[in-house]
Amino acid sequence: MDLALLTEQLLNGVQFGVMLFLMAAGLTLVFGVMGLINLAHGSLYMIGAFFCATVATATGSFWLGLIASLAGAAAAGAIIEIAVIRRLYDRDHLDQVLATFALILIFSEGTRWVFGSFPLYLDIPEVLQGAVALPGGSQYPVYRLAIIIVGLAIAFGLYLLISRTRLGMRIRAGESDREMIAALGVDIRNLYTVVFALGAALAGFAGAMVGALQSVQVGMGEPVLILAFVVIVIGGIGSIKGALIGSILVGVVDTMGRFLLPEFFELFMPPSQANSVGSALASMAIYILMALILALRPQGLFAARA
Amino acid sequence: MKPMMSRESIFNAVLLLALLAAPYIALQMDEPFYVSLATRVAILALAGVGLNIALGFGGMVSFGHAAFFGVGGYVAGILSQHAFNYEPLISWPVTIEGTNQMLVIWPVALVVCALLALAIGSIALRTSGVYFIMITLAFAQMIYYFAISWPAYGGEDGLSIYVRNGFPGVNTMNPMSFFLICYAVLIVCLVLSMLVRDSRFGAALQVARQNEVRLASTGIAPFKIRLVAFVISAAITGLAGALYADLNRFVSPSSLSWHMSGEIMVFVILGGVGRLFGPVAGAALFIVFEFYLGGVTEHWQLFLGLVLLCVVLFARGGLIGLVAGRARHG
Repeated sequence: MDLALLTEQLLNGVQFGVMLFLMAAGLTLVFGVMGLINLAHGSLYMIGAFFCATVATATGSFWLGLIASLAGAAAAGAIIEIAVIRRLYDRDHLDQVLATFALILIFSEGTRWVFGSFPLYLDIPEVLQGAVALPGGSQYPVYRLAIIIVGLAIAFGLYLLISRTRLGMRIRAGESDREMIAALGVDIRNLYTVVFALGAALAGFAGAMVGALQSVQVGMGEPVLILAFVVIVIGGIGSIKGALIGSILVGVVDTMGRFLLPEFFELFMPPSQANSVGSALASMAIYILMALILALRPQGLFAARA
Repeated sequence: MKPMMSRESIFNAVLLLALLAAPYIALQMDEPFYVSLATRVAILALAGVGLNIALGFGGMVSFGHAAFFGVGGYVAGILSQHAFNYEPLISWPVTIEGTNQMLVIWPVALVVCALLALAIGSIALRTSGVYFIMITLAFAQMIYYFAISWPAYGGEDGLSIYVRNGFPGVNTMNPMSFFLICYAVLIVCLVLSMLVRDSRFGAALQVARQNEVRLASTGIAPFKIRLVAFVISAAITGLAGALYADLNRFVSPSSLSWHMSGEIMVFVILGGVGRLFGPVAGAALFIVFEFYLGGVTEHWQLFLGLVLLCVVLFARGGLIGLVAGRARHG
């Protein structure tokens, strides 16, 4: 095992974590401000990827596709917020889970109806093709590096938005006392729609970015959704900072686990057996991490709400 | 004075009789496929009866009951595979052989799922609300990924049961006999679930849902009550999983997936949360829906989603709520 490979895997872990953050940020915002658990967030991720793939194929420009993914997912988010989600804020979590589970069925099946079951492919734009040399002597794809940079920039932008702008102030106020902010004359319904659409746009953007690495297909959002849940549970539901740290932690633990655990077991096991034990354990690693963190701190690392 | 039979009890009786009659009518009509459909209803209803104890009576929104459903299925699959290949399950320190007898498989499935639920529950029940939902989901995912990446029992491809496991004195390969076995197990578990609900324990469990502080102030620890209910609930769902594996003669990681957890929850909700027969009505409705809509369009899940959405938004009592009116207790 050499340093170059280790660096590469570490970067992959960070890149994965950054993508998870874009999903988890929306989820945790929606939960923090509206108290809503949204299973359909993975569908918004998928919708973003499909918008990007369709527009990129039609126009030949990945960048237009990326804009379409942001706009399309935000619009889809605003529509489902107004049509369905709005009715769920006062309901208990069971109703929210079921209604958004129903939304997943509708979106997945609807997308399959329109686009068919075959995956679509997105090409990485030319500027971002190729690789850069890493200090260890290996090559790393520019596109993945770009994802890390864009993701971190968005995280920073989100931080500025929440802590420095009027909208952010309202979001924070909505988090701590929604009746009070409504009484102060803020249109809380619009605020909720805006927050939901913002989360949806982030998810759609993540879907589009990842769509170029993998393929764009129905159901692509579900594994990411569950990981994003793990992230926000670890980070503390409602906390953006927790989401960022949780995402990186989950991304790195998952990627490094898959890479290191089989090698670790090879030290004292025959290779084939080590491989199966290692990969089985690696696939469980983040859930074990979550169970450990929750056993020690049931409210997550950075609990935003008491 | 309570009336002799409420509308709900009449509906329940009709439901049970209809489920029993359906396969006989199907056989008369020479449509043996409907027998296995009715068997599916009985088994999935059983899984829902299990979840209903945690979700309906105890208010624990477990989004990970597929873990128990799938593990129950794997217990059946693994034991019968070992029996089929004449390999002992463990040869050291004691030899444990596989088995193809349902009467051995069921208790093993019950015990394994109960122990699993004890472990999951004792961590998950430290939390509540959304955290509980997500932790149960995460534990189920953990087992799901484990099943996928562990190659010994088929991994991603799943595990076939070549010959349906046996029951003394019954030819289980006969669809009608197997249906009757499943139906009988369902009835037993429905009675059990009624006994649980009406017992002192059940009363404590329902208070734990409605007002935890009040329960604690009477000197009963809500955590223990919930944990016991969670374990009972998981064991019943695991038993359903074992039967389901026998029905399909196949068990795969998809029975552990979160989609399955969602579906079991849907059975409970479609029928009516916290109603004794809610899961039976829900599972029947689900299967009828899947069968007829699935015949019309391959995109039936879209319509299932719409129906589910409408039930959640506008008809919160589910099917039994529509028929029998609101529950007397909240």
